[in-house]
Amino acid sequence: MRFIFKTDYGQDLNLAKHTGHLFWYGALLLLLVAAPWLFAEYWLAQLTFILIYSIVGLGLMLLAGFTGQFSIGHAAFLGVGAYTQAVFTNMGVPFPIALLLAGLLSAAVGVVVGLPALRVKGIYLGIATLSFGFIVEEVLARWESVTGGNAGIHVKHPNIFGWKVDSGEEFYFVCLAVAVLATLGILNLLRSPTGRAFVAIRDSEISAQSMGIHLARYKTLSFALSAALAGLGGALYAHKLQFISPDQFNILQSIDLLLMVVIGGLGSVHGAFLGAIFLISAPQLINLGKGFLPDAIGQAPGLQAVVYGAVLISFVLFEPLGLYGRWLKVRTWFQLFPFYRKGLFKRQKSFQKSDRLK
Amino acid sequence: MQFLQLVISGISQGCIYGLIALGFVLIYKATETVSFAQGELMMLGAFCGLATMTLMGFPFWLAVLSAIAAMAVFGVVLERLVIRPILGQPAFSIVMLTIGIGYVARGLITMIPGIGTETHTLPVPYKDQIWKLGTLVLNVEQMAVIGTTAVLCALLFAMFRYSKLGIAMQASSQNQLAAYYMGIPVKRLNGLVWGLAAAVAAVAGLLLAPITFVHANMGFIGLKAFPAAVVGGFGSLPGAIVGGLIIGIVESLSGFYLPDGFKDTAAYIVVLVMLMVKPNGLFGEKLRKKV
Repeated sequence: MRFIFKTDYGQDLNLAKHTGHLFWYGALLLLLVAAPWLFAEYWLAQLTFILIYSIVGLGLMLLAGFTGQFSIGHAAFLGVGAYTQAVFTNMGVPFPIALLLAGLLSAAVGVVVGLPALRVKGIYLGIATLSFGFIVEEVLARWESVTGGNAGIHVKHPNIFGWKVDSGEEFYFVCLAVAVLATLGILNLLRSPTGRAFVAIRDSEISAQSMGIHLARYKTLSFALSAALAGLGGALYAHKLQFISPDQFNILQSIDLLLMVVIGGLGSVHGAFLGAIFLISAPQLINLGKGFLPDAIGQAPGLQAVVYGAVLISFVLFEPLGLYGRWLKVRTWFQLFPFYRKGLFKRQKSFQKSDRLK
Repeated sequence: MQFLQLVISGISQGCIYGLIALGFVLIYKATETVSFAQGELMMLGAFCGLATMTLMGFPFWLAVLSAIAAMAVFGVVLERLVIRPILGQPAFSIVMLTIGIGYVARGLITMIPGIGTETHTLPVPYKDQIWKLGTLVLNVEQMAVIGTTAVLCALLFAMFRYSKLGIAMQASSQNQLAAYYMGIPVKRLNGLVWGLAAAVAAVAGLLLAPITFVHANMGFIGLKAFPAAVVGGFGSLPGAIVGGLIIGIVESLSGFYLPDGFKDTAAYIVVLVMLMVKPNGLFGEKLRKKV
């Protein structure tokens, strides 16, 4: 067990709380940088997807996990980002500028979606975002002169001011850089007044408002930032797949993204990454598991849906803090050994908080 | 005439949306949770009907009743096993939970060998019949939808108005804690509400099945019932039906008069406009939270 004695106010603000953090995250970063020389091409591609989904997950985590506004149409932002990137890259705009534009355009769209959030909340907001997701998908499919319609669109390799990124390894480094920057950005945001305001809104809108937090501004800001990250993720996604079509950004993708943050652990930055790892590795694990099952179950087409659903149900029922919560428990068990008590992480039961109180 | 024809087919489609929305609203009113599995419950209901009609060979009415009863029991069991343990947790968890239930239901149905991945027709006695009323051609399947919805609404209205159970449900939906103090078994009622919602969903499934087909993905229509519930006001039972009708008619008209692509998004455009103009829906209660 490590005890941190704080002797300086700066210690409260430091991103790394103690030297252990520095050591382990440094090691992780080293491993990630060395990954192209360690892993085969296939696994590197999976790792790239994990990074891309983590970027999107960070955005959704900011919105759902830290601001408490949930969006069932997040794939729409992913789609806007991806298509912006595709269109600009094919026009010959250099990669960083196109990426910036993708992020900005998604953010602008996020502001538009955030507007209903000022008047409605809870399930109404969910439905507003859901509706918006459907509309964007339809627009992508119908606006054929720009998006190529349902036939989809090919995306050229990124071109960073003359440096052509056309191999998987090079693109991996691009994704890694964006992911690291996004993570640092989110971590910094969360320790800033803005981030604290987000968390305050999540915990209680009324208290936040009485503390002088401008609800409208912060909710819109949260939507914009979240959408921008989803847009960045979408742009990288477009480059990785090199081909995008509207049906990649449908409601199922939105639900997958939600599933990712819930399984990873709502309200933790780690959760976005753990969720992305789950989302990418689950199909592989299911494929591996298929061999051990009788054909009637193993070869059935619905197996993946059943496993996803069952995992989701069991997480909500038994581990609402997600994979990160499970890791916290395991870590605490070891730190406190042999003093871990069963009720240490007990969920607080509350009376149902009705929105209908008059 | 054509306009009238479109309106009628819109009404019958709207009744389906309304029935699914009714399920959302029942559950929302009673337990303050939103079920995203309602469309999948409808799909299960349709498959139940298929099983009782073709596999077991029951006569039509017996098959319909047993399918509805089976789904009602399923709803009660579902509530007891999965929903009740997390009652009192944030609404978001329950939304995710019901999404999970939907995934599992859809997956399990597709896993049934030979049946799950196929599309089936439900052998109803009124299949492909047509009534002619002057120049108006009425599809009996659509009329059955409209008629059944009307009857079901009357039944539900009577239940909530006159029966002890219905009044208890109203009480517990207005204030669970106070209802509990008055001796109403709130938990058991929640179970019954889920059963009722599942039964209504099964009716919707059985009505929809002759018009479209029975297949594992028919539950996605539930996503269009959300706009219906919101337009009507999420906490209002008549609102659900009215909202469903509005969505159905708008969809049917926009499919004919507007360019391609509007038919599928009409429902969502209507709901977004509604949320901007009147966030509580047509019949929604005005809500304000006090600290």
